[in-house]
Amino acid sequence: MIPILDDYQLAVPGSLREALEDLSRHTASRPFAGGTDLMVTLEAGQLPPGRYISLQNCRELLGVADDPSGGVSIGALTTYTAVRNSPRLRREYPLLAAAAGETGGVATQNRGTIGGNIANASPAADTPPVLLVYDAEIEIVSASGTRRVPYLGFHRGYKKMDLAPGELIARIHLPSAAAWLPGRSYYRKVGARRAQAISKVCVAGAIRIEHGAVQDVRIALASVGPTVIRAVRTEDALRGQPLDGDTCAAAERVLLDEIAPIDDIRSTARYRARVAANLLREFLLA
Amino acid sequence: MADSPYPEVRCTLNGAPAVLRGHPLTRLLDAIRQTGLTGTKEGCGEGECGACGVLLDGALVNSCLTPLAHAQGAAITTIEGVATGRMLHEVQEAFLECGGAQCGICTPGMVLAAHELLARTLEPTEEDVRVALAGNLCRCTGYMRIFESVLEAAKRR
Repeated sequence: MIPILDDYQLAVPGSLREALEDLSRHTASRPFAGGTDLMVTLEAGQLPPGRYISLQNCRELLGVADDPSGGVSIGALTTYTAVRNSPRLRREYPLLAAAAGETGGVATQNRGTIGGNIANASPAADTPPVLLVYDAEIEIVSASGTRRVPYLGFHRGYKKMDLAPGELIARIHLPSAAAWLPGRSYYRKVGARRAQAISKVCVAGAIRIEHGAVQDVRIALASVGPTVIRAVRTEDALRGQPLDGDTCAAAERVLLDEIAPIDDIRSTARYRARVAANLLREFLLA
Repeated sequence: MADSPYPEVRCTLNGAPAVLRGHPLTRLLDAIRQTGLTGTKEGCGEGECGACGVLLDGALVNSCLTPLAHAQGAAITTIEGVATGRMLHEVQEAFLECGGAQCGICTPGMVLAAHELLARTLEPTEEDVRVALAGNLCRCTGYMRIFESVLEAAKRR
């Protein structure tokens, strides 16, 4: 049953500007987007009491737009459904559309937002591994301006982010995917069931092979450490190598050293390590 | 209720203008049920089962995860708003004929999820139906008759 609501306040500013002003005046306030994570926490009695700011009316943070760089930018309040349905994302960033389609069921996808998926900072989140593979940048906005940071490094530890009080995630920028399009890409989430499950392990990857050797590769994982991670050492072990059984076995050994899965309610460290290696193999040798 | 300290939420409930009152973080589920519309069910209360599904501006949402404040200005359709008078919706007819309902707890959410699918997909495949209903749990029928019901409803219109 829902806890005592009087311990909470929810302000609903009418625009992004009002939301940022509100956030700058009440720096302890926390942003509230689609609610698909925070309402669960609230009902479980685990949401910290205090003041929340609904971003519901921040229309400036909606939608997918072309970036001058040739890439794309996605407003933080864009829902998973809107990500799934975006022709440009489906065509050029298919892993993102795939991940959005594996995040909860339709009802969750209709309300949950890509910015919320980042800001909730779950190590089991479904879209962040893809954002790492696509080398995303995060545009952060506050009443005093905007700044852009690489998504790699944005999560600094379990539920810790490079986000100061008064700041909001405004947009996610993805550089042009043109160089990757001729290559292969991969997204697989392993959970208790195919739909509507939180991942036990999730692997996203993109690879380009030329003349039989790995030209470039990016690999990112969820649910194998305190944050989503990009497996940079595993990538290094692959770059320049012929894509054969030996290379793959070596990469698996590096990956197992690079990830830090734990036992928890959803799975065990042992299972996660085994499945992570299997998914890597499936991706590489497809 | 007139001296409620909270802002009024003005919305449309099954086509009729409505004013809902409560703390902005009240679950839309509770606000709807308090109006006497108890067709919307609470199953898990954490967005896993879909029994509390309603349409918010035509989009399926879990009303247990929707704060009342987010219904401001919205058109809400609950299971009570699916039929037209005594005329059942084609999805409801198909559920009756194909045995898509047993105990009935999941049915309102299933019907609304199917309703949303049919509104956006002209000729859904079985895979489309499975994806559309993936967020709705049933503990009675084993799903096959539910899927048949939705496909039957799609065929008939």
